Amino acid sequence: MTRHVIVGTGVAGMSAAATLRTLDRAAEIILVSEDPHGFYSRPGLAYYLTGELPEKQLYIYNKKDWQDLNLRHVRARAANLLPGEHRLDLGPAGALTYDRLLLATGSTAVQLNIPGADLQGVVKLDDFEDTRGIIRLARRAKAAVVVGGGVIAVELAEGLTALGLEVHYFLRGDRYWPNVLDEKESRLIERRLAGHGVVLHHRTEAAEMLGKRGKVTGVRTTKGETIRCGIVAVGIGVRPRVELAQAAGLATERGILVDEYLQTSAADVFAAGDVTEVHDPLTGSSSIDTLWHPARRQGEAAARNMAGQRQPFRRLAAVNVLRLAGVMTTIIGSVGSGTDDDLVSVARGSSETWRQLPNTIAMESGAEINHLRLMIGETALVGALVMGDQKLSLPLQEMVATRMDITPIRDRLLQPEAPLGQIVMDFWSTIK
Amino acid sequence: MGNSSSRRPASARRDILAAGHVVPELSRCVQCGICTFNCPIGIDVRRHAWLGKHVVDSHCLTCGECVKRCPRGVLRFERLKLFKEGDE
Ligand SMILES: Cc1cc2nc3c(=O)[nH]c(=O)nc-3n(C[C@H](O)[C@H](O)[C@H](O)COP(=O)(O)OP(=O)(O)OC[C@H]3O[C@@H](n4cnc5c(N)ncnc54)[C@H](O)[C@@H]3O)c2cc1C
Ligand code: SF4
Ligand code: SF4
Repeated sequence: MTRHVIVGTGVAGMSAAATLRTLDRAAEIILVSEDPHGFYSRPGLAYYLTGELPEKQLYIYNKKDWQDLNLRHVRARAANLLPGEHRLDLGPAGALTYDRLLLATGSTAVQLNIPGADLQGVVKLDDFEDTRGIIRLARRAKAAVVVGGGVIAVELAEGLTALGLEVHYFLRGDRYWPNVLDEKESRLIERRLAGHGVVLHHRTEAAEMLGKRGKVTGVRTTKGETIRCGIVAVGIGVRPRVELAQAAGLATERGILVDEYLQTSAADVFAAGDVTEVHDPLTGSSSIDTLWHPARRQGEAAARNMAGQRQPFRRLAAVNVLRLAGVMTTIIGSVGSGTDDDLVSVARGSSETWRQLPNTIAMESGAEINHLRLMIGETALVGALVMGDQKLSLPLQEMVATRMDITPIRDRLLQPEAPLGQIVMDFWSTIK
Repeated sequence: MGNSSSRRPASARRDILAAGHVVPELSRCVQCGICTFNCPIGIDVRRHAWLGKHVVDSHCLTCGECVKRCPRGVLRFERLKLFKEGDE
């Protein structure tokens, strides 16, 4: 009987487990995770924070699901990996030998490196306990400062506002998420945030957290201004949790390096999800996604390879549907470039491919909330951003993913003031 | 909408289950559970989305609550006529 050991009960680990079970009814499948909450929706934490969801709703699998899939759960921290011996040490919880091992250890929030960052009340939004902690703190705090960028910073700002706090959002630069959104889009989100009561501070950087008796009481900015608050929420990016792999001598860069079969440099050790840096043989480059669906697909692909099927993982155009300050926003493929001062590493809920913009022309149309931006390449759309009305987002997802030939409409799309949405819709209805 | 089987001859053995049903786009779903939480009759829409399955449940009211509340645009109505297995 083959023994599969999976480190991590996030979506990558759990989808691998479920796939392994369909491929091998007899195999022993053991999941190791230090998170007491097992398998839950991490993106859903944002809605738990706003009070839209009760916490019990976040769990994806119940006891019966675990039983039906015949999965064993060991709650422990994987402390040490010995790939030569096919052994995983779990510290006080003992050790496990494996035939195949999957590392699905995810990523973790980067901490702010300034004085006072270790004070109580300085929080991140990574997991279940973080979210519970924020809700607890919010009962007593009156104001909060949010530092960072991307999806998480806005989710923190919105969540803390919903919890009744006065929220100050610090942006280092001139606008929100400048390497993914264009100026108009950034301003739209900023206006909406302000409309929800968030106070935006542009060109503002935290220099020091102030505290009393170990608890945060405020933030001093680099300009010398002080803002009093009981919570400082930080969303400046995430880092893949590579420590276990690195200490075991596996090839890592920012993430665990895997080939297209999601195999690491060690025999019988695979990796999937946020922790991986996947090599793309088409472009010759490797990149990191911190997205739910790619993590799930990687888990499934890794499982097939662990079960002995040699099937390469094919990356799809990265898509995320976000609710940014209440505006439904879909980001597909490559839409931006450059860096974002508010993020020191890759943002959660994002893909590096969004910022790898090849030669394209950007065209935009639409009114304030319903907004469409297309990144038009030589023969195909390489990216799209859809805000508000989402009618076009599924067609565009497919058009970008399949690199659909847009030659018949390209010239029309490039006309000034072209009604982009209408042109795409008409084109779509002729082919579907 | 509604059950139109009364307009058909009984011999046709067609039993229309629903005039519309909820269809998930699996790749967009983040399993947050808002759909299931808001379904007035407790259908586990989230599980359907996880499995990429249409919500073919005779209890579904086609009220659209799950479609409306999903923050990721995962769910949509498909106005398909469904027939019980064994129909021509
Ligand atoms: C607030 C928030 C909002 C998000 N929003 C979006 C979004 O809008 N769209 C989107 O696509 N994605 C979003 N994401 C990202 C998405 O949730 C992740 O991409 C996905 O969860 C990654 O899954 P994973 O299985 O790779 O890792 P994780 O879910 O991080 O799971 C890793 C697991 O490994 C365990 N672990 C790690 N190291 C060890 C060890 N040494 N020993 C034992 N166990 C260990 C952890 O406890 C955990 O169980 C969001 C995430 C958060 C937190
Ligand atoms: S509400 Fe939408 S994203 Fe959330 S679980 Fe349901 S279908 Fe998935
Ligand atoms: S349409 Fe209404 S009844 Fe049907 S699954 Fe959705 S919320 Fe439930």
